[in-house]
Amino acid sequence: MPSESNVKIKIEDVSYFYGDTRALTDVSLDIPANAITVLFGPAGGGKTTLLRLINRLNDMVDGTRMSGRIWLDGEDIYAPDVDLPALRRRVGMVFALPLPLPGTVRENVIYGPELAGIRDRAEQDGIVVRSLKRAALWDEVKDRLDDPASALSGGQQQRLCIARSLALEPEVLLLDEPTSGLDPISTAKVEATLEELKGDYTIVIVPHSIQQAGRLADCAAFFLMGEMVEYRPGEEIFVNPRKQRTEDYITGRFG
Amino acid sequence: MNRYQVQKVGFILLAVVAVIVVAPILLVIGAIAVRGIGAISWEFLTAMPREGMRAGGIFPAIVGTFWLTLGTAVAAIPIGVGGAIYLSEYAGDNLLTRAIRLAIINLAGVPSVVYGLFGLGLFVLFLQFGTSIVAGSLTLAIMTLPIIISTAEEALRSVPTEFRTVSASLGGTRWQGIRQIVLPQAMPGIITGVILGLLRAAGETAPILFTVAAFFLPRLPQSPFDQTMALPYHLYVISTQVPGMPEEVQYGTALVLLGLVLSLNIVATIIRSTYRRRREW
Repeated sequence: MPSESNVKIKIEDVSYFYGDTRALTDVSLDIPANAITVLFGPAGGGKTTLLRLINRLNDMVDGTRMSGRIWLDGEDIYAPDVDLPALRRRVGMVFALPLPLPGTVRENVIYGPELAGIRDRAEQDGIVVRSLKRAALWDEVKDRLDDPASALSGGQQQRLCIARSLALEPEVLLLDEPTSGLDPISTAKVEATLEELKGDYTIVIVPHSIQQAGRLADCAAFFLMGEMVEYRPGEEIFVNPRKQRTEDYITGRFG
Repeated sequence: MNRYQVQKVGFILLAVVAVIVVAPILLVIGAIAVRGIGAISWEFLTAMPREGMRAGGIFPAIVGTFWLTLGTAVAAIPIGVGGAIYLSEYAGDNLLTRAIRLAIINLAGVPSVVYGLFGLGLFVLFLQFGTSIVAGSLTLAIMTLPIIISTAEEALRSVPTEFRTVSASLGGTRWQGIRQIVLPQAMPGIITGVILGLLRAAGETAPILFTVAAFFLPRLPQSPFDQTMALPYHLYVISTQVPGMPEEVQYGTALVLLGLVLSLNIVATIIRSTYRRRREW
């Protein structure tokens, strides 16, 4: 578990509502830097919602209400003067379905940096190479940079989406079931990439299976019906859960 | 009859209906082409009318319709597309936007002659543009706006929300997402709406009746504040107001108007399919 000095993201008493529906209830959670934190549990538990609160993407959804606070490196990201594009450059996101933007592989990777004002072609090329290498995609697409991104396979597209986020050199990477649409080989590649990346990034992931949660977790939080039931180091929670509900879910009694 | 025979009868009926839809269009084009083609000549397209419009050409009417359509485009496209972007991307669903949408729908149902009177009151008299290309173009633009706004808004809404979310997640402002992703993807639909609107404007008679159209003006307009002849009004005039008009000239004029509209339509189709080939999702 994170020590006080190692906390990257501090979530405090967060509740969240879509209209009258409560999606999160009083969630508090300290997410450590340079580790993989897994948010797991059955569907409808509020994992994705929490993820989208950390880079404020849920601001784009109408009719929602939030209480509680979230700090990134000690800064309140819901303070009124927060620069949202700047926040989202620090906190990258990869979605459940690979969603390449219309355009080529290269254009996808460079989309964020270009919006941030990086226009120099040589600098852009450097970013493209570095990001694709970090996402373990470079060898497969180095001759296809000007092909449409939609021509890549599903697994390649998802790694392209990771590369696209990495291109902004974020501090935090949020991943929402990034391998749910992928075959086992592509999944293994994405997981290996994440293991590689955690030395430099803070990674928060909603896994697509309990097995994946077990494979990746340095820390793991179990979510059920909008509540965080248990939050402990990965090697403990899956072997020796403290709460009955966690155990029932891990052993497959429900879910 | 068993259910397969029922299905067969159903298909046949639907095919008949489809033919009924297409037949009048082909008949209209065919009839006008057959009767008007004899009038078409280089002189007809490029000369001034002579002998009380019974001879010579219809050049000033063609030029007038060109300028009116261009003026309509200049006035209506920025306002219409801008309004559509606001309604689709920025405005929430509240009382104000519902009122705006209702107004747009109602605007689309206003008879064109009412637009003409409105243009006369506002542009010709109150703003003192006189009967001029400016007044006529603005009147046509107002008539065109509902078509452009509603088709453009529809096109913008059909772009998947996820693209906006992805753009925001990569540090894009809302406008950057619209500019870089949403607008290019919606462009075929927007262009279709714009051309549909302009086609209607190019062919309308009533809105230009009081605001710009000249009965007989055998010279080209010299400034935007000039009157001009225009094809639809010219067609009306030579069909109803000039005794002893050769029928061939009437149908020839109609053919030119039809050709203009159809070629604009073809341009729209080409632009649309070019864009569509570049779109991948």
